[in-house]
Amino acid sequence: MPKVIKYGDNVDTDVIIPARRLNTSDPKELAKYCMEDLDPDFQRKIQGGGIIVAGSNFGCGSSREHAPIAIRASGVSAVIASSFARIFYRNAINIGLAILECPEAAAGISCGDEVEISFDTGVISNKTKNMTYTARPFPEFIQRVIKAGGLLEALRDEI
Amino acid sequence: MGMTMSQKILAAHAGLDAVEPGQLIKAKTDLVLGNDITAPVAIKAYRAAGFGPVFDREKIALVMDHFTPNKDIKAAEQCRLVREFAKEQDILHFYDVGEMGIEHALLPEKGLAAPGELIIGADSHTCTYGALGAFSTGVGSTDMAAGMAKGIAWFKVPAAINFKLTGAPAKWVSGKDVILHIIGRIGVDGALYKSMEFTGGGVAALSVDDRLCMANMAIEAGAKNGIFGVDGAALEYLRDKVSRPFEIYSADADAEYDEVIEIDLSAIRPTVALPHLPDNCKTVDEAGGIPVDQVVIGSCTNGRLEDLRAAAAILKGRKAAKNVRVIIIPATQLIYRQAMDEGLFTVFLDAGCVISTPTCGPCLGGHMGVLAKGERAVATTNRNFVGRMGHTESEVILASPAVAAASAVTGTLSSPENL
Repeated sequence: MPKVIKYGDNVDTDVIIPARRLNTSDPKELAKYCMEDLDPDFQRKIQGGGIIVAGSNFGCGSSREHAPIAIRASGVSAVIASSFARIFYRNAINIGLAILECPEAAAGISCGDEVEISFDTGVISNKTKNMTYTARPFPEFIQRVIKAGGLLEALRDEI
Repeated sequence: MGMTMSQKILAAHAGLDAVEPGQLIKAKTDLVLGNDITAPVAIKAYRAAGFGPVFDREKIALVMDHFTPNKDIKAAEQCRLVREFAKEQDILHFYDVGEMGIEHALLPEKGLAAPGELIIGADSHTCTYGALGAFSTGVGSTDMAAGMAKGIAWFKVPAAINFKLTGAPAKWVSGKDVILHIIGRIGVDGALYKSMEFTGGGVAALSVDDRLCMANMAIEAGAKNGIFGVDGAALEYLRDKVSRPFEIYSADADAEYDEVIEIDLSAIRPTVALPHLPDNCKTVDEAGGIPVDQVVIGSCTNGRLEDLRAAAAILKGRKAAKNVRVIIIPATQLIYRQAMDEGLFTVFLDAGCVISTPTCGPCLGGHMGVLAKGERAVATTNRNFVGRMGHTESEVILASPAVAAASAVTGTLSSPENL
């Protein structure tokens, strides 16, 4: 079961993937530097997969899609936050990185907790603490994008 | 229910009579923008999806501004990829070294942003064009790819905060001080997902360059867009730049706002944002005296002619303090030439500054002024996150051009009033 790596409020795109690493768009290359300016231990912690849980305004700053790309390519299966910065929010949906907006889960889950997520229902189960939380459901259009595997796939299906 | 300026533009582009906050719409775009960092990701996605010709070769802008002139081999290869795509698709507005500028200074200058238009850009500071009454917002590379292919984008219709501006700013107070003051008040997520609409009699006291700077930093409060009404000053700015017809929208009298915040421009002091968030704002009166290693005057926020004039007014007849490196970056080729023709370069060179070709370079720690461990810059840029301009243990203080220039002279964070 995936373990939680926890961060605070306003995790910005410059610490998710600093601009000096943006001279490439290769997901594997970007993943190597994911979170390096916030958490130099991230690469070790994410071995074997994990979930990021954070506070408010996650992904604020730049529009760089490299940020959700780096997170996904690092092996993060989902990001749970109290709230997301809006460009990060749409980028994550558009590229198929699972995100859940849930202030209760963001407050209640601790670093290292084992967490299970049902994406159909939005229910987040904290196995370590034996608690459950429910994330805000996505609007129907966004659910279609997620189901199609990303925006371009969804657009192609429409034509 | 009445609509805000932003909601009216969105409704018109979605082919709807009315929209309301939270509604998801698909809207037609008038312009799709990308740069040398974000466009390569979009182009790869575009090709992977198997899209053919772009929706309109005249409604896409590709600007090579971030790591240009190319800082390393990888950056050069990213630009090559975009250059080849632009050629293959016969993109009309492709701007390479020699005619480029920092995108958000360049597009208004080229007349590519007009009132009532809907503009998306794979760059968060795309919100800049709200200064001219456009709805413009930053998106990611996948949105950019979809926009290039289909000329559409999806939006959640934003609610809005109405910033009612009154009075007029004091001599050394600019749009930068006003927007930093506002972000300091509402916080970096104070306008999350919302429009920031700037209204009231105080708008007339702000130049178009001031407004471009303020709309530019709406994203730093988490906003979807920032927007001003279109007045005589805006029309005068547009007069020799935009020849196509455009529509001017204003908010309905009964438009609904989540909040109305009154800002007395005359009460605002020269304001800075201390590390490491743009809402960590203090007046220079409170925060002055902090030692500085580097000063950067430029960027999409403050690299326009008026900004360079403000810096030159301070630097004229003065020298930069010893051990302070001062980097001046005119935002476009035209601004570069105008500044040169006005004699501003002589002022800068006499003061011991360097003058760079247009580039985003140092703002995002790319090149042309990266900070070492423990160094501190006062910069007219827009973000001061950890590691933004270089080492994770370096610091950026965000300021107006006048405050940055005054700090260059004294070697510590200083108000131009005290020189």
